Amino acid sequence: MNLFMKSTMALGLGVAVIATASIAGSHSSEKLNPAVAARQHQMQIVGYSIGILGAVAKGEMEYDAAMVSSAAKNLNALAQLDRASLWIEGTEQGATAGTRAKAEIWSDPDGFAEKFEALADASAALIDASDAAAVGAGMGDLGGSCKGCHEKYRGPKNE
Amino acid sequence: MKTPVRILAICVIVGAVGAWVLTAPAPLEDDFAAGHTADVENGALVFAAAGCASCHTAPGAEDKQMLSGGHSFASDFGTFYAPNISPGVQGIGGWSLAEFARAVTKGVSPDGDHYYPAFPYTSYQRMTAPDVSDLYAYMQTLPVSDVPSKAHDVGFPFNIRRGLGLWKQMYMTDDPVLTGDRSEQLERGRYLVEALGHCGECHTPRNALGGLDRDMWLAGAPNPSGKGEIPNITPGKLDWAESDLVYYFESGFTPDYDSVGGSMAAVVTNLSKLPKSDRAAIAAYLKAVPAVP
Repeated sequence: MNLFMKSTMALGLGVAVIATASIAGSHSSEKLNPAVAARQHQMQIVGYSIGILGAVAKGEMEYDAAMVSSAAKNLNALAQLDRASLWIEGTEQGATAGTRAKAEIWSDPDGFAEKFEALADASAALIDASDAAAVGAGMGDLGGSCKGCHEKYRGPKNE
Repeated sequence: MKTPVRILAICVIVGAVGAWVLTAPAPLEDDFAAGHTADVENGALVFAAAGCASCHTAPGAEDKQMLSGGHSFASDFGTFYAPNISPGVQGIGGWSLAEFARAVTKGVSPDGDHYYPAFPYTSYQRMTAPDVSDLYAYMQTLPVSDVPSKAHDVGFPFNIRRGLGLWKQMYMTDDPVLTGDRSEQLERGRYLVEALGHCGECHTPRNALGGLDRDMWLAGAPNPSGKGEIPNITPGKLDWAESDLVYYFESGFTPDYDSVGGSMAAVVTNLSKLPKSDRAAIAAYLKAVPAVP
């Protein structure tokens, strides 16, 4: 295993640990609803993948075509997971413990679908990003897609 | 028994006159922005930095230039509704620069009424006159909305606007929060945070009367909507690297690649429109404010 792979894995692990800690931290004693847990795991891989792209964009990780393309493809696939079995009605913030999913996800399904399409588009554009600058150029749309959804459909912490 | 009655009467009159004087809406300086030629392009940046669209567009609107108003703000004093501030008859159409400037920096309407401090004029009072003038010029270029403004839902005694004059006497100060030696960058950061960005309006806790607790500057506060906490962003709690802050303001990504959400999402959208040096200045400022654990 070369140094690059090691540092990549270390970074990925670090991001995953932080993400897990931040999710687990607020609800250590409760067992999550399985659909909520599954959605949060989906978001963990989203965060892990964006972490790779972000590190390349910032110059913290060397550009590697295979890693960039893989992270972008995974993001693209995650954006297209079928939502019916994951976003189950009644599993919103306030009704189900440990989730920040807002009720608007179910009252405005078309708007919610658009946000995942935005993530699918932004990640597809990064699959063939040919250098760190190209990754950096795509981060704006990627961040915009996360922000657009979390602005409307994710509730506040500690409600 | 005549004398005590007379003394009492004099006291009442003096008190009433005093209260009337104390609660009087402040005038604008006569030479406001005198000799300045408005720069619409800079006005657009002031508009973004001041976050006008975040509150004054209709809830959920995609068009961030149509300032039709309608966002509601729950508080301990009632519910406030952001008014239409588009350049038409329902908004600020026909306002002179002086009227606009008095509204933004003094919190006084063209009719001479106090505005509620849900409108962050307590921050905007620190806006430079050229920036106010540029903002005014830029806002004239925006589309007109014919949606009427919604009346605030505020009960007695807070519905007596004259009383806000007293509130302003107590809590409206243009003293800067960050003092001491400052680099040019910190000076800019202070202006962006304390004047335009009005960050303290949400991130600083308030007392029972709604005045900011400046000893707890940016140390976090309960969300007035009742849902969640607005975080402490002093170095006592926020341990991100300065470069992480700059990147967050640009992309919305936290250092662990979670993303911005809620009301802060619109703030990041605005900050991403500013020059990078401005985002760096805000980050430098946040590293320089007193740490509150």
